[in-house]
Formats: sequence, C-alpha cells, structure tokens
Amino acid sequence: MRIKVEHLTKRFTDTVAVDDFSMDFESGKLIALLGPSGCGKSTMLNMLAGILPVSDGHIYFDDDDVTDMPPQKRGVGLVFQNYALYPHMTVLENICFPLEIQKVNKNERIAKAKEMARLVHIDEYLDRKPKELSGGQQQRVAIARALIKNPRLLLLDEPLSNLDARLRLEMREEIRRIQQETKVTTIFVTHDQEEAMSISDSIVLMRSGVLMQEDIPQVLYDDPNHVFVASFLGNPPINNLDGYINDDGDFVLDDQSAVIRLNEKKGTKGEKVILGIRPEAITIGPDYNTKAEILERYTMGKEELANIKIGTAELRVYISRDQDCRKGDVIDLVLRDKGVFLFDKTTGKRL
Amino acid sequence: MVAAVKAKKRSGSGIFNTTWEPFIYLAPFLIGIIIFTLYPFFNIILISFKEGYRQMTGAFESYGLDNYIHILTDPYFINAIKNTAVYVVFVVPISTALSLFFANLLNQKIKGISLFQTAFFLPMVTSVTAIGLVWKLMFNDRIGVINAILGLFGVDPIGWLLDPSMNIWALIIYGIWNMMPFTIIILLSGLQNIDPLYYTAAKVDGASSRKQFFRITVPLLAPTIGLTCIINVISASKVFGELFPLFSGRPGTAYNLFTVVYYIYYEFNVSYHLGYAAAASVVLFLIVFAFTMLQLYVQRKWQYY
Repeated sequence: MRIKVEHLTKRFTDTVAVDDFSMDFESGKLIALLGPSGCGKSTMLNMLAGILPVSDGHIYFDDDDVTDMPPQKRGVGLVFQNYALYPHMTVLENICFPLEIQKVNKNERIAKAKEMARLVHIDEYLDRKPKELSGGQQQRVAIARALIKNPRLLLLDEPLSNLDARLRLEMREEIRRIQQETKVTTIFVTHDQEEAMSISDSIVLMRSGVLMQEDIPQVLYDDPNHVFVASFLGNPPINNLDGYINDDGDFVLDDQSAVIRLNEKKGTKGEKVILGIRPEAITIGPDYNTKAEILERYTMGKEELANIKIGTAELRVYISRDQDCRKGDVIDLVLRDKGVFLFDKTTGKRL
Repeated sequence: MVAAVKAKKRSGSGIFNTTWEPFIYLAPFLIGIIIFTLYPFFNIILISFKEGYRQMTGAFESYGLDNYIHILTDPYFINAIKNTAVYVVFVVPISTALSLFFANLLNQKIKGISLFQTAFFLPMVTSVTAIGLVWKLMFNDRIGVINAILGLFGVDPIGWLLDPSMNIWALIIYGIWNMMPFTIIILLSGLQNIDPLYYTAAKVDGASSRKQFFRITVPLLAPTIGLTCIINVISASKVFGELFPLFSGRPGTAYNLFTVVYYIYYEFNVSYHLGYAAAASVVLFLIVFAFTMLQLYVQRKWQYY
C-alpha cells in the first residue's frame, strides 16, 4: 500500500514534534524513519498508526483519507518498542488476540496463528508465556501478532533497541526476511543509522520534526543534501571542517593554518563553508600537496584508522594497512572525488 | 585497631558482634507480639479444652471437649455460623465486583478525579460505629432515606431493622458499602501497575472497552483481586463492628442475627462463659484458616509470571 502524507503537523502544548511533513512512502518497501531522539520519528509513527491525533495535514492510505480514522479501522499492525505482549496469555493466545477481537472462529484463528508463528520461526514456543521467552523471541511474537490480521501497513517502533548486540544483528535480518516474504509495506523507527542503512529500501531522515532527506541508503550516504545528513550517517562519522573558499576555489581553514585543494571548485570566493570529508575519502601519496601529521593509528582488522592533523584541524580517516607511516610522521594526501562535500556554513545546505 | 578488625573477622557473624544482638533490636516487637498475640492465642486454645473453667480463679475441673460439644449443639452458635457464612458469601463477591467497577472508573484520567478518589476513600478514615449509626437512620422504616428512595419506585416501606427476616440484608448492604473503600484502594493500585501500553496495543487491534476489561484488566488484576478476596473473607468472617451499632448492640431484632464474633462477645461479656467463647474462637480460627489456605492455593494457580 502506498502511503501519502501531506503537510502533516503535530503540535504539543509548547513544542512542534512534527512540522509540515510531506512525502510519499512507496508500496511494498521496508522504510526506515531515522533520526536522533526527539526528532519526531515516533510521533510520526504513532500518527500513522492512529494512536495520536494529528494537529494539521492529511494521511492517505492509497486513496483513502485516514487522517481521522481510528487505529482499528486503518488496518495497521503495530509492534511496540517493548513488544507489549500480554503477560497472562501464551504465545499462541497473544498471536490469536487480534483475530479473537474480529470474532474469527477458533479453529481458523489457531490455524492462522500457527502459520504466522512458522513465518517468524516461533512455532516451537506456542505454549510458553512471554516471560519465558528471550527478547528476540518476544520480538518475533510481537511481529506475528501484528501480521496476523493481514495489515496494509506494518509499523515497528525501535524494533531492535531492546536487544543485545548479537540478537540485534540476527533480528534485523529477520525483519528484512519477513518483510520480503510478506511484501507488506513496513515502516520502522530507529535512531541507529547502521540499522537503517543495512536493511531498509529507503531511509527517511528527520531532524526536529522536519524531513531532511529521503532516498535509498546509498544515495543518502553518497549524496547528502545537508551537513546534518552527512554527519548523521556513517561510522566513524564524517569530518567536518570550518573554513572559507579562497581565490583559487580551494578550501582554507578558518584560522588559515592549512589549505586543502578541492577537486571540484564549487564554492564562490570568500564564502563561509563546512568541508565534509568521509574517513575513507583520502588518499596518501608522495606527490600530493596537503600536508598532514599522523597523531595516532588504530588497527581495525583489514583496515586501519588514523587520527591526523591538517593545520589545526583533527580528522579521523582510514588508511590502508601497508601504508608505511608511523605516529608523528608528516604525510601528503589528496581528497578523493567521492565522499567530500561542501556545505553552506549558515544554512548547512549542500553547495 | 588492628586487633579489633581481626576480632571482627574471626567472629564471622556478619554485621553483628554476637548472635543475641539482633534480638535486642527485635525485642520491642517480639515482646508485644508474645504478650498480646501469641500468649492469648495459645491460652485460648488451652481454655477451650478446660471444662468448668472459672475465669476469676482460673480453676477448672478437667480437660475435655465439653465446650465444643456445647457450642456445636447450641442453636444460637449454629445460627451464628450460618449468618456469618451468608454474610461472607454475599458481601465479599458483591463488594469486590462493585469495587472493581469503581476502581476502574477512578483510574480514568479526567479532571477532578482526585476529588472523586478522596470521596471514595473517605469511609476508610471514619469510624465504623459512627457510620453504623448513620446507616441505622438510613435504614429507618419511617424516616430512612433508603425506604424513601424505594418508595419512589412504588416499593412499600421495608422494616430493615424491625423485621427479623430483613435484618441480615440490612447488615449485608452496610457491609458491602463498608468494605468497598479498602478494596478500591488495593484494586486501584493494582490497576495503576498495569502498563497502559497493553491497552494501546488492544485498541490498535480494535478491542472494545468491554473486551479490554475482561481480557486484559481482569486477568492482569487477578492476583490483586485474589489478595483482596483473602483479606475480605477474613475480615467479613469477623463481622461485629458493623452489626453492633445497627441494632443498638443487640444481634438483630429478635436475637436472630448472631454472628460468630458476636457470639464470642456475648458468651464472654454477657453470659461469662469463657470456655464457650474460647471454643467458638477456635472454631472461627479454623474456618478462616481453611478458607485462607484454599484461597492461597487457588491464587497460586492464577500466577502467570
């Protein structure tokens, strides 16, 4: 199902949680609502679910205006952050519950529940109570419970945040698999950029209730439209340097301690800019003319991270393992084309 | 200093220097409990077996079952057991059900709810006897508000406190009312412990408030309901304070509304048959004890986490 959101706004007494948000969510995709805490992503999810009334704007599911429709009529399945499984019911009863409310006959709903349980790989534990399951298993039950009524839209609120690191990896692949098997349009909320990048078809990045950029993960990473987008995605994070553009169209640090030659001369002379350099976006070689000092090297396995200093600015970059340089060495480097961005200093927008 | 540390290490009894030290701290409580609870408890069991016991001298003829035989063949005691049972059977379930209903209403997030909460808890801080006197007026067949209200529906005046067959219903109605505030408090605290997320989840699935109440609230509250039932069965089995003011200290219009505790009080304080009173106390204890065990057993079956 295609979801269309038009000028959606949610105001609380003294804050605006979601501000004039408009976009189309593509049908059958796994979409991540990403952003730092307090950016309005959960508010957004709750409005889509119908738990929270909207202040302004409209929500369309295909061609239906569901803005004022109560949650049970929207046909959404919702998985809560802490799963909200009913503690007094067994796994089977939990999964059956939505159908029990719809007064589906007992044999039919048990058959359907077992089918769902198989889909999420929880069919061995049907007689257990939620307290007897691990976090990952509880998550599976919650997903099965949300899917059993054939929702038009599946919503997951921070689905992985209550799991430990190993389970998190496993469950995010599971969510991906379940979504691909069922083809249900799925929107999940997360503050973890890695999580969003790894499994979603599309990422919706939000800040302070405003839509920053929406695209497939790779585009968001390679072609951010704002310094916030560039900074939020990527680990280790992008290096942001404050400076301005000189007569040659190159970048000069604010304190004039170094000049960095740019491959693309995008800025206008004298313009205040932020230069974003992804850690992987430098090459070290003898004939390059930006000088940097190695402050520290860290082995990360197949690659090495180094803290380097250009002028007074410190950067964290990847260097290849066979690069022969030690702490204290001064090296020459050049920027690559990919992973280097210029942003307007005042608006943060990409130049 | 070093020696002291060493000595402490060697003694090995944790934070206390000697094994009897903890008992000093416990003494005020232990002494109170021994004098006012344990000693009377065992003494009453003993007295209940003493035949021809005289409380002034402490003299008695022999040990035996005379007291028990007497009370178990005494029609007044049989009647007291029957009245108490009827009282418990009606008061506990009805007041629990009503309390659940009101606790649910009081758990809503609406303006001025604390005012209602206070109003419902007010009976807890008032004296049973004082309230009993008010109920006595309300039950009055000529000027009572209850008959006045019933009159609006065309019901003829009922002699709540005059007609012996109606006496127990007056007591039951008052008992239900009197038990509710405490039950509501306990149930309300139980309700407030239920994660509101369960209701949100149920709402998304389209559960009606009725469905939410019976499929979520009641099962999640079952342990709390069980607890209030146990406490209320015990306190209802000991009904006395409610009875006393309603009939000016008499057990019903025609001595027809003996309850077990009233019987104990009567044998002890009016007829001076301490042995009978002791035997009746033991019987009451056994009944309450059996009920409590039964309910603990049932409650354990309700545990879900």
